[in-house]
Amino acid sequence: MSSRFILRRTWQASHRVRHVVPSLSSPARRWGSSISQRPGSDRVHFPGAVDSKFTTDMGFLKASDLPAIPTYRVMDADGELVDKSRGEPNVSDDQVLTWYKNMLTVSVMDVVMFEAQRQGRLSFYMVSAGEEGIAVGSAAALTPDDVVFAQYREAGVFQQRGFTLKDFMGQLFANVNDTGKGRNMPVHYGQNYPRMHTISSPLATQIPQAAGAAYALKIQDQQNRDRAPRVVACYFGEGAASEGDFHAALNIAATRSCPIVFICRNNGYAISTPTLEQYRGDGIASRGVGYGIDTIRVDGNDVFAVYEAMEEARRRALSEGGRPVLIEAMSYRVSHHSTSDDSFAYRARVEVEDWKRRDNPIIRLRKWLENKGLWSEDQDKEMRDSLRKAVLKEFGEAEREKKPPLREAFADVYEDITEEAREQMKELKRILETYPDEYDLRPYKDGAKGLD
Amino acid sequence: MAIIRAQRGFLSRIARRSYSAAPSPAAKLNLPIDYKSTPLLHHTPSSLSSVPDFPAAATTKRLNYFQAINSALRTALSASDKVMLFGEDVAFGGVFRCSMDLQTEFGSDRVFNTPLTEQGIAGFAIGAAAEGMKPVAEIQFADYVFPAFDQIVNEAAKFRYREGGTGINVGGLVIRMPCGAVGHGALYHSQSPESLFAHIPGVRVVMPRSPSQAKGLLLSSIFQHNDPVVFMEPKCLYRAAVEHVPNEYYTIPLSQAEVIKPGKDLTIISYGQPLYLCSAAISAIEKTMGVSIELIDLRTIYPWDRQTVLESVRKTGRAVVVHESMINYGVGAEVAATIQDGAFLRLEAPVKRVAGWSTHTGLSYEQFILPDVARIYDAIKQTLEY
Repeated sequence: MSSRFILRRTWQASHRVRHVVPSLSSPARRWGSSISQRPGSDRVHFPGAVDSKFTTDMGFLKASDLPAIPTYRVMDADGELVDKSRGEPNVSDDQVLTWYKNMLTVSVMDVVMFEAQRQGRLSFYMVSAGEEGIAVGSAAALTPDDVVFAQYREAGVFQQRGFTLKDFMGQLFANVNDTGKGRNMPVHYGQNYPRMHTISSPLATQIPQAAGAAYALKIQDQQNRDRAPRVVACYFGEGAASEGDFHAALNIAATRSCPIVFICRNNGYAISTPTLEQYRGDGIASRGVGYGIDTIRVDGNDVFAVYEAMEEARRRALSEGGRPVLIEAMSYRVSHHSTSDDSFAYRARVEVEDWKRRDNPIIRLRKWLENKGLWSEDQDKEMRDSLRKAVLKEFGEAEREKKPPLREAFADVYEDITEEAREQMKELKRILETYPDEYDLRPYKDGAKGLD
Repeated sequence: MAIIRAQRGFLSRIARRSYSAAPSPAAKLNLPIDYKSTPLLHHTPSSLSSVPDFPAAATTKRLNYFQAINSALRTALSASDKVMLFGEDVAFGGVFRCSMDLQTEFGSDRVFNTPLTEQGIAGFAIGAAAEGMKPVAEIQFADYVFPAFDQIVNEAAKFRYREGGTGINVGGLVIRMPCGAVGHGALYHSQSPESLFAHIPGVRVVMPRSPSQAKGLLLSSIFQHNDPVVFMEPKCLYRAAVEHVPNEYYTIPLSQAEVIKPGKDLTIISYGQPLYLCSAAISAIEKTMGVSIELIDLRTIYPWDRQTVLESVRKTGRAVVVHESMINYGVGAEVAATIQDGAFLRLEAPVKRVAGWSTHTGLSYEQFILPDVARIYDAIKQTLEY
């Protein structure tokens, strides 16, 4: 990039571009005076690093010499408050029970849908097992006006923010109830309000978009002071954080002071790639400070730790005119990556079983509830049964529902269907009518007429 | 030679550079384009008012291409507080002066520099547009848009389609980029990647040829069309092309070609800077062969105005497509195939393409690689004599 930069400058000079003094109204200008080096000063005043002390010690910073960033937790694996001296989380029993139900709903749906895919009734599926706490706990700290950009393993965020089983099933079966109009692969959910942008497969692309969206919210909330200020929450895995878009996003969010909370789900694997092959620094959290971003690492299996961190992150994101915050939520992907993946090809079954048994956000919260006398084994069994019934009911209905009409294959490419596309729709209809035996139009609403 | 087209006044004052090719002293066709007399520009306000695209009785001002872009951006920023302008080095006015004074007038919240990251700029713009803003993002050179290709192809273009029923879209998004050759831009300051974008459903691709067109099409891209737009500005016109431009807000519709000059024997279809070369070739051949050539400016490269082109070729029976970017899989391929399909029985000669050869724009060879007046003249002649 640097050679290109020089090229551009040469270019600029060769065009005799008039150099003007940059406007002083720009925010966060780094140098206050033209003196780059005060006589006798003990520190550097280079524009690129304004408060760096001189040293005669040639010490290289070594990442492995630094202590690992600690992991914030509120309750332990037995569902007990770790620090008894602090009060219990400021959350009502009803709220906690709702979280538990939402985590359980996703978990029950995951089991049913994974099995459905194995039976060939669904083309694809990805479960959230082990990460329900991150999704539900963080989403619980958002207001309905906040905006979410997700990766794909955040069904709990959708569940916590009002997505119904009918919505999930409509999307998974790509039927007429799918907000995505049957265009996206399963688990690419989306909702207008509370806004959760429709998930897209390319990894990390949503991260700079989320920064831009946060900037838009900030400008709009400045222009309309009556409105309660909003933040953007942006989710991604530790593998996606290796993409260039992650770097672009955190840097641009910091320089433009965007009210955004980045939430990294660090579950140890990107498909088959363990984190040791993904990065060599201290996880994702250690990068946040490099971008000048307030950062915390939390225990992702502890829904209270996630909730509290998110609540504080949201408050910080809205302070000082807006700024980004990074949360790295640690967990373990106890499931396969997706239905197209057999994870025992690259990790030991015993390791997975160990994690399943040892720690899990749902079991941990259940223990907490039981310790407080808010929940019992009978209630648990009853809820699991009724959730499974509800999922199966919506599953059956969604499977029987028609797919959207064929015109939806052509609509929404542009705001209006182009003249060229209209011609192609006509041609497709002619083909369908000329060769009716070659195509099964029964699943599609209005059959060939759906192209009119 | 191209630098002479762009920078005649500038170059006349300094020694000729050895690295950029010079025109042949005996040339009759490959002469420098005289932008002061070309019929493609509105040299008087009266010629402007004769074109239906422009507002009647408008007051006008002579502006060059970058000033017209600046005027359009100023008009847009005044018209709506949803409009934002950002990219690398836009705050001080931009390396081509297109955003001059705009940060002072509209504040650093709406006109600002970004870090040096094209994928970040595009992604950031997409996100802002998704929340209802009208971001005008600048990529410093079209040659550097490729890091943002994923964001444009997989995200911006597909946003409305994949959101579907939520109705969320990035229609407010415009990505501006200087494009095209100037004679010494070599590999990474010369490219015109319009055909790559034209292969992506979901984005509109626009390339204006003149200051007045640039303003009208840019305002149209920002306000009149709710689709993401890749807006390409031939940078050799920034200072060279000067004409009368209406002061007020006006728009020129996208996806509509303009018949610049009517004719009956052959149709030339082009866009951007090569239109000036086409115009020069047409005057030469009309004089020598006594023929009449129709010249069409596509203006929007995708979705493009197929009807205007087909109507013209059905009338003339002959067509030549001219563009600067490479011939292989270029815009000319699509236009020629469409003509073949839609005007087959009326064609009296194969559709000819005059475009950049299938190589890179090596510094010393630019004048041999890019289309020039001689090549266009020759293509017209061959097509007429077929």
